[in-house]
Amino acid sequence: MDFSKIYALGLRHLYLIMNSFPRLLDLIYWPTVQIFLWGFISKFFTINSEYYSDTIGVILTAAILYDFLFRASISFNMMFLEEIWSRNFTNLFIAPIKIREIIAALTLTAVVRTLIGLVPAVLIAIPLFGVSVLKLGIPLIFLLIGLYLFGITLGLLVTSGLLRYGPSFENIAWASLFFLAPLGCIYYPIEILPMSLQVIAKTLPLVHIFEEMRSILMNETINYMNITKSILISFIYFVFGVLIFYASYIGAKNRGTLINMGE
Amino acid sequence: MLIKIKNLSKFYKKFLAVDKINFHIERNKTVGLLGPNGCGKTTTIGMLLGLVAPSSGEILIEGKNLDLFKRDDILKRFNFASPYVELPKKLTVKQNLEIYGRLYGLDNLEKRINDISIDLDIKNFYNRKTGELSSGQKNRVSLAKSLINKPEILLLDEPTASLDPDIGDFIRSYIQEYKSKNHVTILLASHNMNEVERLCDSVIMMKKGKVIDQGTCEQLISKHGRSNLEETFLKLARSKDGF
Repeated sequence: MDFSKIYALGLRHLYLIMNSFPRLLDLIYWPTVQIFLWGFISKFFTINSEYYSDTIGVILTAAILYDFLFRASISFNMMFLEEIWSRNFTNLFIAPIKIREIIAALTLTAVVRTLIGLVPAVLIAIPLFGVSVLKLGIPLIFLLIGLYLFGITLGLLVTSGLLRYGPSFENIAWASLFFLAPLGCIYYPIEILPMSLQVIAKTLPLVHIFEEMRSILMNETINYMNITKSILISFIYFVFGVLIFYASYIGAKNRGTLINMGE
Repeated sequence: MLIKIKNLSKFYKKFLAVDKINFHIERNKTVGLLGPNGCGKTTTIGMLLGLVAPSSGEILIEGKNLDLFKRDDILKRFNFASPYVELPKKLTVKQNLEIYGRLYGLDNLEKRINDISIDLDIKNFYNRKTGELSSGQKNRVSLAKSLINKPEILLLDEPTASLDPDIGDFIRSYIQEYKSKNHVTILLASHNMNEVERLCDSVIMMKKGKVIDQGTCEQLISKHGRSNLEETFLKLARSKDGF
C-alpha cells in the first residue's frame, strides 16, 4: 500500500467538498433533519410508550447509529459515482494506483465525509433532546466499527454493480440500505419479525449491533461477546465485498466497460 | 523496439472488435493510429492502457508481456489524454494537477506543475474550476495532466478534436516541441490527416478490427497512388476489398 496515493485520492474528494459550500451543506443537512425528526418521535414515544418509558433517547440513538451506517455507505458510493459523473473514470483507472489503494482511499475518505455530516447532528441532539450517543460508553467505538465495516461493504457491493452494469445501477445505490433496514431491527427488537425472517436477520450484523445498543441503554448490561460477533460478521461481509469488487473489476476489463464509463 | 503487438484480438461477446492485429512501435517515434469510427482504435488503446482485457494475443513492452508487469509499475510509464475523458470539473486546474502529480508519485511536484503550466500557458486560469474552462483551455489542461509524469509512452486520442484552428495548431506545435526535447513514444489516434502527416513518423491503418496497412505517410500515399494522406484514408476506408 502506498499511503501517499491513498492520501492523493482522498485529497481529491476533500477538495471537492471544500470547493463547494452547497455540497458541504448537503452533507450536514440530511443527518440534522434526521435527528430533528427522530428526536421528536423519540420524545413522543418516551412519554407515551411503556416499552421506552425509562430510557430516553433509545430511538434517537438508534437513528444516529443507523444514519452513521447510511452515511458511510452512501459516502463510499458517492465518491465512486463522482468519478463517473465527472468522466474522470478512465484517468483514475490508468493512474498507477492499485485497486486495493482505491478501495482504501474510498474507505478512509468515507469516514471523513460521514463525520462531517454526523458530528454536527450528534452535537445538536445533546442540548435539544438531552440525548448523547456517548452514553453508550466504550462499546460505542466497537458498535461504530461494526456499522462502518458493514456500511463500506454495502458501498463495495453497489460500486461493484456500477462496474458491472454501468451508471444505470445508480438507483440501486440509493435503495440498497432501505432494502436491508427492515431486517436490521434498528428501531424494534428481533422478536417482532416472523420466525423465518429472524433467521435471515441474524446473519446480518445490524441485528446484533442494535440489540446490543438497546441492551446497554435499557438494561445497562454490556455483552462483549455479542459486540465481537457483530464485528466478526461485518468483517466477513467486508471481505466478501472486496472479493466481489475485484471480480467486477476483472469482469469490467473483459467487457471493456472501463474505457467508456460515464458516456 | 518499445511496444510490440502480436496477434491481438478482442471479442465483446460475439462481436469481434479487434482481429489479430500486429504492429510495433519503435522507441521515441510517433505513430498514428487511423481508421473509420468503430474500427477498433479505442479498444486497442484500451488494451494498451490495461483498461480492456485482450481475448487473445500479446502486448509486449520491451519484450515483456504487459500482464507480467505490476499494474502501478507499468502505468507510471504511460499516460493518456482524450477530449472524451475529463478531469474533475469542480476542482481547480491546480488541484487537478496536484492530485494527478501525487498519484503518479512525483517528487518535485510544485516545480513540475509550475513548469508544465508555463509551457502550456495555463497559469492564467490556474485557480479556476476545470468545468468553467473553454474547450481549448480544458484540452491544454488535459494535455498537462497527460505529461505530468513525463511518460515514456503517451497515448493521445484525438487530442485536437473540436478545437479551433489556432488552439489546434498550438497543441500540435507543443507536441512537436515536447517530443524534440523529451524521450517519448507517442501513439496518436486521429481523424485529422494533416495533423497525422505533421506529427507522425509512421501510421497504422485499421478497418473493421484489422490492421489493413502500415508504413510512413509517404509510403502509403505513394503505394495507393494518392496525393495526400486524406485521400489515401478515404480510399482505404471506402474500399470493399475484403474489409
